Amino acid sequence: MTTVIETRGLRKTFGTTVALDSLDLTVRQGEIHGFLGPNGAGKSTTIRVLLGLIRADGGTATLLGRDPWSDATELHRQLAYVPGDVALWPNLTGGEVIDLLGRLRGGLDERRRAELLEAFELDPTKKGRSYSKGNRQKVALVAALASDVPLLLLDEPTSGLDPLMEKVFERYATAARDEGRTVLLSSHILSEVEATADHVSIVRAGRIVDSGSLADLRHMTRSTVDATLARPLPPAEVEQWPGVHTVRQDRDRLVLSVDTSAVGDVVGRLGPHGIEALTCQPPTLEELFLSQYRDELTGEPGAAPAEAEVSA
Amino acid sequence: MSTFAGTGALLRLAWRRDRWVVTSAVLAMAAMAYAAMAATLDLYPSDAEAAAGARLMAATPSVAALYGPLPSLTAAGVGVLKTIMMGSLFAAFLAFALVRRHTRTEEEEGRLELVGGGVVGRRAPLAAAVSLAVLSVLATGALSALALLPTGVDPVGSVALGVTIVVAGLVMTGITAVAVQLTTTTRGAGGVALAVLGLAFVVRAGADTSESGQDLVYASFLGWAERVSPFGDNRLWMVLPALAVTAALLVAADVLLQRRDLGAGLWASRPGPARAGARLGSPFGLAWRLHRGALLGWTIAYAVLGSVVGSLAASVSDIASSPGMEQMLRKMSGGQGSVLDAFFGTELRFLAVGVAAYGITTALRLHSEEDAGRAEVVLATRVTRWSWLASHVTIAMGGALWLLFVGGLSAGAAAGAVSPTGVGELLPAALATAPAVLVCVGLTVALFGLLPRWTPAAWGLLAAFLLLGEFGALLELPDWALGLSPFDHLGSLPGGDANPTGLAVLLVLAAAVTALGAVTFRRRDLAT
Ligand SMILES: Nc1ncnc2c1ncn2[C@@H]1O[C@H](COP(=O)(O)OP(=O)(O)OP(=O)(O)O)[C@@H](O)[C@H]1O
Ligand SMILES: [Mg+2]
Repeated sequence: MTTVIETRGLRKTFGTTVALDSLDLTVRQGEIHGFLGPNGAGKSTTIRVLLGLIRADGGTATLLGRDPWSDATELHRQLAYVPGDVALWPNLTGGEVIDLLGRLRGGLDERRRAELLEAFELDPTKKGRSYSKGNRQKVALVAALASDVPLLLLDEPTSGLDPLMEKVFERYATAARDEGRTVLLSSHILSEVEATADHVSIVRAGRIVDSGSLADLRHMTRSTVDATLARPLPPAEVEQWPGVHTVRQDRDRLVLSVDTSAVGDVVGRLGPHGIEALTCQPPTLEELFLSQYRDELTGEPGAAPAEAEVSA
Repeated sequence: MSTFAGTGALLRLAWRRDRWVVTSAVLAMAAMAYAAMAATLDLYPSDAEAAAGARLMAATPSVAALYGPLPSLTAAGVGVLKTIMMGSLFAAFLAFALVRRHTRTEEEEGRLELVGGGVVGRRAPLAAAVSLAVLSVLATGALSALALLPTGVDPVGSVALGVTIVVAGLVMTGITAVAVQLTTTTRGAGGVALAVLGLAFVVRAGADTSESGQDLVYASFLGWAERVSPFGDNRLWMVLPALAVTAALLVAADVLLQRRDLGAGLWASRPGPARAGARLGSPFGLAWRLHRGALLGWTIAYAVLGSVVGSLAASVSDIASSPGMEQMLRKMSGGQGSVLDAFFGTELRFLAVGVAAYGITTALRLHSEEDAGRAEVVLATRVTRWSWLASHVTIAMGGALWLLFVGGLSAGAAAGAVSPTGVGELLPAALATAPAVLVCVGLTVALFGLLPRWTPAAWGLLAAFLLLGEFGALLELPDWALGLSPFDHLGSLPGGDANPTGLAVLLVLAAAVTALGAVTFRRRDLAT
């Protein structure tokens, strides 16, 4: 697979604010790349650098093998961008804006345009000023998704969409990926990234702090194992097992927090004690995300990934 | 929660955002009032000396059209004449800008939704904006009145000047408060409010230049301001009808506010086409779409204004061409030609300043598009920065040339019907002002490239050029200072020389500053 986006040591400061601090991001062709991070982490700044709207102060960025600043216009033929906060012209209708942006990008797929309007339940005859936030977002999304371009740069594209519309978005984002297009999807909405992304990069304070497939990332955190046993075990004993972190006992039920890599092992040890019911939950992205930021919130070192590193 | 809750906090916020601009504008206005009075008193140390010049001024239609009648044939009356109308217009613009900025603009950009969701009452934004405007207008009036005292003129007249300014500012506050309820866009609200202001000016100018219809002046709130007549009749009580009308307008604005939704206007926006027309597919097509409505409005205004100015030729020709009068009018427009030529020279220069205002608002669209984040979306397509900028600048400059053409043509046609001066003289004279207008647009583009956040300072430059032209000679500023204004290099058409070197230099300058803006814009970060 070829690399579509690559940044190395990317740096951008605004006055004294360091927005990007040596950011290394790699996005491969044909993947949906989730780009996660808290407010002010540098997601939008990264995307704007990739669009050539602002110039990086240091490091390198390549987009489809070219320089986003000096080759901006050529690159823009091959991509579509949805900003996090879509501003429309008050006097233009949504339909006009979709056509305009499509033409400025070099053409729209008519069939898909109609299909997207329907799927997003968007009225194209309304003027820009009378759209709600979510509907403005839809206008930009329809224009981007209906464009025939190999790369989509989406900056929190679903902010303001209701949950049903988020699902519609997920469907079309996945469809775009299945057609071989590449999607960089910045988001706060973990479930959306979880539902669509093949690969996730987590950015904090202008640096990528974690990057990998969802499976990779999950692997570094804990799963929850909830077992009801015929012959109860003392929690103190279970806590000694390798990979087990916390144990909670509720009569004959044990709830364990286990390194994802150790789940098989733990279930094997529980077997002889007569499992009557067992559920095993992989960590959600939510937990993953929180574990990344726990140190930021509490000032303590990160929970799972940090410990995983120590024990490795 | 009270519907006014948070007014104080919003007022403080608005003041924080605007304090420098408001303070400097108000101080500049007061300084102008002082300077004009002091310079006139230097020129005419006694009322007897002033009387001769004053009588000439009072008889000149272009003076009456622009500034209104002379309040009295005294030195102080002459010294305050320009300040009356300039101060009234200044206060009106200030009130308009403040009210619109803190209500409709905020709402359009969705910031009031943030506010509306907090502990801020429904009426608070309007109340805060109106309070800021009223306070600013009162400060302008008070400081302008105080500024005259050191010149030793009658204090009652000084207070009357303050009242003049307050009358115009208060009523415009009310008009703008209503206008921002009617339309959903900043531009639409501006169109309504400024159209009312323009109409008020035209009605007033028409009444002041007509023989029989003088009382029509009371149909215009600028006429009320004028008829306070500082250093003449000193009708301080004119503030009472102004207060009454302002109160009525504010009540009307409040009623409208209660009846509409946040973000909406009273005039609902109708649905439009579901597909874009063939032309809406290029940066120029987009720019044309954004600017065409404004250009149409300006075209109509300039056709009307040109005809009005042109038709004044009849009464100008009638004035007894006393030598003193001829001299004064010639001085005003550069020195050559007949009284009629001098009259048109002055009027066309004002039309040119108006066209420069059109050029600047149009070029400022670059700034507002970038600021609102709409430029970002367009520039992330294959549109180059160069072509995006060029599309707006082309319309700003082309539209300005077109307006000069329309103004010159309609003035020439109207004048040709009643006087020997016609299209053949006035159209070239109008177009000869173009280089100065283009410099103004170019400077706006340069600001946009170099200091994007300060692009609106282009208005300050235009105001400075206007003041240099209006008061510079009176203040006996050195030539180089007067020459800072591009409008100082226009020659003396119609009737005199065109000053081709000056015009060529202005054109080169316009091209250079525009290019500077374009190059720096291409190299800088887009504001986010
Ligand atoms: N034009 C600018 N001027 C000054 N600081 C800026 C500018 N743009 C971004 N920043 C700062 O850079 C940092 C990164 O901002 P950025 O918008 O990239 O964050 P983000 O990850 O997109 O956040 P969010 O999730 O809130 O959209 C922030 O601290 C922000 O305040
Ligand atoms: Mg962002």
